[in-house]
Amino acid sequence: MPFKIIASQCTSCSACEPECPNVAIREKGGTFVIDPKKCTECIGHFDEPQCVAVCPVDNTCVIDTSLPRYQPPA
Amino acid sequence: MDVSAQHDASNSNVGEIMQAIAEHKGCGTTGGSGKASCGSSAGQGDLPTEIWEKVKNHPCYSEEAHHHYARMHVAVAPACNIQCNYCNRKYDCANESRPGVVSEKLTPEQAAKKVLAVASTIPQMTVLGIAGPGDPLANPEKTFKTFELISQTAPDIKLCLSTNGLALPDHIDAIAKFNVDHVTITINMVDPEIGAKIYPWIFYKHKRYTGYEAAKILTDRQLQGLEMLTERGILCKINSVMIPGINDQHLVEVNRAVKSRGAFLHNIMPLISAPEHGTVFGLNGQRGPSAQELKALQDSCEGEMNMMRHCRQCRADAVGLLGEDRSAEFTTEKIMAMEVKYDSETRKAYQEKVEEERVAKVAAKQEELAELAGASSDIKVLVAVATKGSGLINEHFGHAKEFQVYELSTAGAKFVGHRRVDLYCHGGYGEEDSLETIIRAINDCHAVFVAKIGGCPKADLIKAGIEPVDQFAHEYIEKSAIAWFRAYLDKVNSGEITHVERGDAAIRQGALISAA
Repeated sequence: MPFKIIASQCTSCSACEPECPNVAIREKGGTFVIDPKKCTECIGHFDEPQCVAVCPVDNTCVIDTSLPRYQPPA
Repeated sequence: MDVSAQHDASNSNVGEIMQAIAEHKGCGTTGGSGKASCGSSAGQGDLPTEIWEKVKNHPCYSEEAHHHYARMHVAVAPACNIQCNYCNRKYDCANESRPGVVSEKLTPEQAAKKVLAVASTIPQMTVLGIAGPGDPLANPEKTFKTFELISQTAPDIKLCLSTNGLALPDHIDAIAKFNVDHVTITINMVDPEIGAKIYPWIFYKHKRYTGYEAAKILTDRQLQGLEMLTERGILCKINSVMIPGINDQHLVEVNRAVKSRGAFLHNIMPLISAPEHGTVFGLNGQRGPSAQELKALQDSCEGEMNMMRHCRQCRADAVGLLGEDRSAEFTTEKIMAMEVKYDSETRKAYQEKVEEERVAKVAAKQEELAELAGASSDIKVLVAVATKGSGLINEHFGHAKEFQVYELSTAGAKFVGHRRVDLYCHGGYGEEDSLETIIRAINDCHAVFVAKIGGCPKADLIKAGIEPVDQFAHEYIEKSAIAWFRAYLDKVNSGEITHVERGDAAIRQGALISAA
């Protein structure tokens, strides 16, 4: 349940939204947010988290350390 | 619906008139070897009729048209798939004018309404472009939905888009389907070593690529996309940002590469890199070119193909003639409150009047040019012109937000650029500073043509060696400039004055302010 978007840095460009394989990203209050229940860190889908790879502002899509890491099903 | 066919039919008479004039005047091939610049500058020249029909009302593709016709961009495409060192997506100031910047994003439905509202208010608005603020083809659904809606409600409006080219090969069919007959690709390099200094990364096939590899993929995709478009007869303009020390020399090679793949027009633009924009180049002190450096590069590429020199590097939500920005009149709030009735008949009638004006202007220039026919001289001078549009000297010196620059020689008057002189974010500048700014911006010009000018600036201009010329107020630019040049040559020949070369001039980095 790991990635979050730092709202103060989000330019609201929407690039991440269609790239998310889990449809976990949506617009909320002018910026974009990740639903931690849906996020899988892209494990099992892609080599790198898509929101991180496409985001134009570095260090804006980051691991949410307040939550436990995603555990892929065994 | 076949948009282009309908458009052609409505303009066929005008086309015949323009064609007759073009045949009469011939093309400006007097410049020596290679390709003349007439494709993008004067009338039809040596362009095939089907291409002339596509460009003659497009302010970005025809220099001559840009005095008369307006364009608008709708900001429906916020996402981007590459990062450029001259772009910072975070910055948005209403007084900021450069690509990649907008005040508000629109949905395709809002965009379609905005196009109708603008087209009803500005009948000379003939072109709708999608240029961002990200990349139109990184937002294909929003981009093509917008084109679909507009082609249904306003079929006479030309559609175009401007892309970095990374996703271009994937969308050629959709571009053709919606009759998008003008596509601009920004190509800053064909050598990945150079590209690595311009693009920190690209996002391609679910992966972020950096360095040489990123630039290699980008250049391959750009050139492939260009080839695919020109094969289908879709007109392509290539934009290149001139970055001194990085790609300035290399752009000659880019020019050859795009020319050989069928590009119609090449637009070499100066880098915008003010530190306050927060771009990588802005922060690391990378400078933009001077006016002389830019012109020299454009001149050296002109032997190869048509060069665009009238680009204003406008915002992704710009509205109006290229030198103006009326976007503040058309905010979403204002548009949604507007009662819009799309009246294609009124638009057509207005545009027919514009064509009459154009024909008269070209005829006046021809007459004046005939007078110059006997003269022989190697002298070339630049002059600045204050204009509000329509090809007339119709702006007061003190009100001008930009000056258009013409190169005068015995071959005639040729548009070679423009200089912005408006002040950045208003306050903090006294009148004296503003005059200094103007003199720096047109310091390479021998004269400045205005509708009117006050006594004080007049004296200061003369002191700076720039002749203020107001006797051609409200007359045609090119005709007046040629008449003035004829008199100038006479004075030089009679020994009354000595011809001296002028120095360089500065390209302004600041904003185009719509309210000024």
